Amino acid sequence: MIWQIIILIVLIILTVGAAIYAVVAKNLLYAVVSTGLISLGLSMFFFILQAPDVALTEAAIGVALTTIIFIITIRNTTKYEDVSDKKKSIERRKND
Amino acid sequence: MIKKVLVIALIAVIGFSLMNVMLQIPFGEKRETVGDYYLQKSPQELKVANSVTAIVVSFRGFDTLGEVTVLFLAAMSLASIMYRRKRKGDIEIRAKKPSSRILQVGAQIIFPMVVVLGAYVFIHGHLTPGGGFQGGAIIATASLLMLITYRKFKVNHNTITWIESIAGIVFVGIGMTGLLKGLTFLQNFLELGELNSLLSGGIIGIIYVAVGFKVAAELTGVIDTVLLNNRPDNNDNN
Repeated sequence: MIWQIIILIVLIILTVGAAIYAVVAKNLLYAVVSTGLISLGLSMFFFILQAPDVALTEAAIGVALTTIIFIITIRNTTKYEDVSDKKKSIERRKND
Repeated sequence: MIKKVLVIALIAVIGFSLMNVMLQIPFGEKRETVGDYYLQKSPQELKVANSVTAIVVSFRGFDTLGEVTVLFLAAMSLASIMYRRKRKGDIEIRAKKPSSRILQVGAQIIFPMVVVLGAYVFIHGHLTPGGGFQGGAIIATASLLMLITYRKFKVNHNTITWIESIAGIVFVGIGMTGLLKGLTFLQNFLELGELNSLLSGGIIGIIYVAVGFKVAAELTGVIDTVLLNNRPDNNDNN
């Protein structure tokens, strides 16, 4: 019983943390990868809550297909929401 | 400022009216018996072990047909916007370097396993969790792995169209056969068999195999269209 609660708490922290990071992140690629993490956490939740059908769908579509389609879109457009973010990251890379 | 006040007032009004409705529903009380009906009837009358499948394909079979149609329309409209024949000067979005040896060998080992897993999921849709949509999505994931690993892996769009069309015709045809036999659309007309065996559930297994093929073909086509057909002028932005 206690390990189930521990797993649940870890999953909640992972999912909510990934969701917050997806909103906050400046680099869109990181945001997309963290939405994939949200789907992973959600599919574990569905499995724990005894809905394996939905868990399978979420794992296949949310983690793999949606993420890859977003990544392709980002490769075709720009990586940053804002032009100033792009400049900042280039400067940071130069300073390192 | 006035705009913000208006927005807050609107949200308050909507929230208040929603809350009024929601408070009428008692929390945690059993209000309908349809769930019990499904749980009883799907093993008894339909001989299907997985009652989610029984609901999706038999009790709500017409909705599933609509869902398949929506997916088909989405894939078709995406293809009609994005797909075009190759011209000179097109730059492929795939990596210019070949992927690493580890990824290539790993993909070769994993690809057949994932395809078999997907086929298992949709063939055993009425026995174990999963079904046509899930199995099709898993197979599409396998072809995605091959597409991003091997630069020369090509998907034939004619084959995809054929698989899609035949699977859709099988779905509708099984439904129409029910009508021809004097039953309703998508009603079971085959022998039901024994509970928990592969050939149980009558038409449910056949429909889910058709849905699995259809979804796998559609999603593979979507990924291939998005991955391969890009305008060259947008490609040097990043």
